[in-house]
Amino acid sequence: MWEYSDKVREHFFNPRNSGPLEEANGIGDVGSIQCGDALRLMLKVEPETEIIQDAHFQTFGCGSAIASSSALTEMIKGMTLDEALKVSNQDIADFLDGLPPEKMHCSVMGREALQAAIANYRGEEWSDDHEEGALVCKCFAIDAVMIEDVVTANNLNTVEEVTFYTKAGGGCAACHEGIEEILAKVKASRPGAGETSPPPACPATPEAPKPPSKKLSIVEKIAKIQEVLESVRPMLQRDHGDVELADVQGKKIYVHLKGACSGCMMEAATLGGIQQKMIETLGELVQVLPSSHMPVEA
Amino acid sequence: MEPIYLDNNATTRVDPAVVEAMLPFFTEHFGNASSIHAFGSEVGKALKKARGQVQALLGAEHDSEIIFTSCGTESDSTAILSALKAQPERNTVITTNVEHPAILTLCEWLEKEGYIVHKLKVDKKGRIDMDEYRSLLHDRVAIVSVMWANNETGTIFPVAEMAEIASAKGIMFHTDAVQAVGKIPIDLKNTKIDMLSLSGHKLHAPKGIGVLYLRRGCRFRPLLRGGHQERGRRAGTEASASIVALGKACEMAMHNMEAENTTVRRLRDKLETGILSQITHCFPTGDVSNRLPNTSNIAFEYIEGEAILLLLNKMGIAASSGSACTSGSLEPSHVMRAMGIPYTAAHGTIRFSLSVYNTEEEIDRVIAAVPPIVAQLRKLSPYWTDKGPAANPEAAFAPTYA
Ligand SMILES: Cc1ncc(COP(=O)(O)O)c(C=O)c1O
Ligand code: FES
Repeated sequence: MWEYSDKVREHFFNPRNSGPLEEANGIGDVGSIQCGDALRLMLKVEPETEIIQDAHFQTFGCGSAIASSSALTEMIKGMTLDEALKVSNQDIADFLDGLPPEKMHCSVMGREALQAAIANYRGEEWSDDHEEGALVCKCFAIDAVMIEDVVTANNLNTVEEVTFYTKAGGGCAACHEGIEEILAKVKASRPGAGETSPPPACPATPEAPKPPSKKLSIVEKIAKIQEVLESVRPMLQRDHGDVELADVQGKKIYVHLKGACSGCMMEAATLGGIQQKMIETLGELVQVLPSSHMPVEA
Repeated sequence: MEPIYLDNNATTRVDPAVVEAMLPFFTEHFGNASSIHAFGSEVGKALKKARGQVQALLGAEHDSEIIFTSCGTESDSTAILSALKAQPERNTVITTNVEHPAILTLCEWLEKEGYIVHKLKVDKKGRIDMDEYRSLLHDRVAIVSVMWANNETGTIFPVAEMAEIASAKGIMFHTDAVQAVGKIPIDLKNTKIDMLSLSGHKLHAPKGIGVLYLRRGCRFRPLLRGGHQERGRRAGTEASASIVALGKACEMAMHNMEAENTTVRRLRDKLETGILSQITHCFPTGDVSNRLPNTSNIAFEYIEGEAILLLLNKMGIAASSGSACTSGSLEPSHVMRAMGIPYTAAHGTIRFSLSVYNTEEEIDRVIAAVPPIVAQLRKLSPYWTDKGPAANPEAAFAPTYA
């Protein structure tokens, strides 16, 4: 059975705010195809202040689905709608002292129910913008849709590259077959598929990129570096980590890795992934290093 | 409160007599059966005895037809891969879509490798269509693999009859009998079954020991090559303590066969009737009139299995579920889907699987515990109102799916 936190157990065994809410004026019904779970969230919103005065839920689902629903109703009571919309699925999981990776979609369902209920209150149509795929890499909780998107966007060809970009595959290796299948699928759908293409270049030695048409000024270069870092931050933040630019010295870019990222076994892979993106964006070979490697001034 | 274990199709407790039988093989009889010296020969004798005990339970003609392996999964893989390797001119496997993953996952992989796999469909009660089966047998079929009894519902398949039909066409027949061995009588010498898998931990022997029965004369290729153990058909030094334990467990299973089909069956029926008579909107799944005596699989509509299990667990009751959430997969049990059980019911299936160790008193406790748990969860369910299921549950609650 799953390792549930005490908080999850507590909310499952003693769910708060369960059952219908007669005076509800915003109702969100959502389901997760992931495991067939479904959730109805009912809000009683005060029209003048848009404050959520009461929230109830009904859930068809497993232990963590019920616990996530219960937690959500506790979290949003007393919030304004705008505040409630800022509640992320990670916030729900954090409130419960974490969920197993396979169960993160339960917290996603909670967030979606919230969006749907608020849309319903506001008389809007809610449509789901987020597609969730089958969990491929359990070590890093990466699903098929995410891998497919990254593979397509960056033209990846090997499991190693996928690990650089997403971490998927960098742990126990159980998901390598699954990642290879996604790679094969994306490859087959690329234009020109079917022709025999030469084997992909080894990822460890990225081909020297074409020289950029115009040399970047240092200001432009730093702006681009910041852009790349911004683009990877959401992924690191999912794992409670973060990254920040420390310094640029010639071809060496030093970054501070923070929180869960620093020192974790994936540090090297994370830096490798960032480096790959830097090289592509800047059009020149650069090295991305942790700030701890910065030369100490004499 | 003494815990109640009703998950014997998942694994069983090793019988104390079995533990006792195996212990000396860790201490004084630690030798390697292949050695010439006295340390080895004692072990050799014990292995021979164990082989005979397994042979007796299976009703095999020769003791050399028993190959010890590490588990049911290894036996399954060995059987199917052997049939394909030994008959390179044949490229097709016939199985069912309710097999254990030990067969199905292997078959998915074989398909990727270019083999052809036909999975027989089942009806609402989990039964296959013999006409469909007959129509699929042709001379490119390397092997038919059909489980003797289904692990989730206990439904028994007509494997003896199916083996006759395959044999008449010169096609090998394998059965995954992991759930059947020890629960129903088996007499292989009077069947045309070529290969059979069993697993020790389902019949009160330890985990990590299994058997592949291989009919004399059946073409074979080993999975593991190396030493001459098991006559070169499964290399690797024999797990002597576990083999001795399995032998003892088989002997005890022979002895308990009658109780399994009388006492255990009666307790299972009592449990099932007790639950069905108290709770509305629940039903047993599978072929109720033709199933293992120890298994009852009940679908509780509009609630989810993992939630039921967590509440049962709190009451000290251990069972299992076909819900997606307990497996970590995306879908509710493939067995329930194959039978066309709607997902609002498939997610709420609970399997109770008994053993000879269960008592009347335990069953009474479970019968009392289940109704309040179901009521409690239905109160949380959006498909349910205080008067019962919402008038038209699917319409009353039609969520947007992500
Ligand atoms: C029908 C069936 N086949 C195969 C297996 C796998 O056996 P083992 O765990 O020994 O590999 C099981 C056990 O869950 C089973 O129920
Ligand atoms: S599951 Fe992907 S590395 Fe472990």
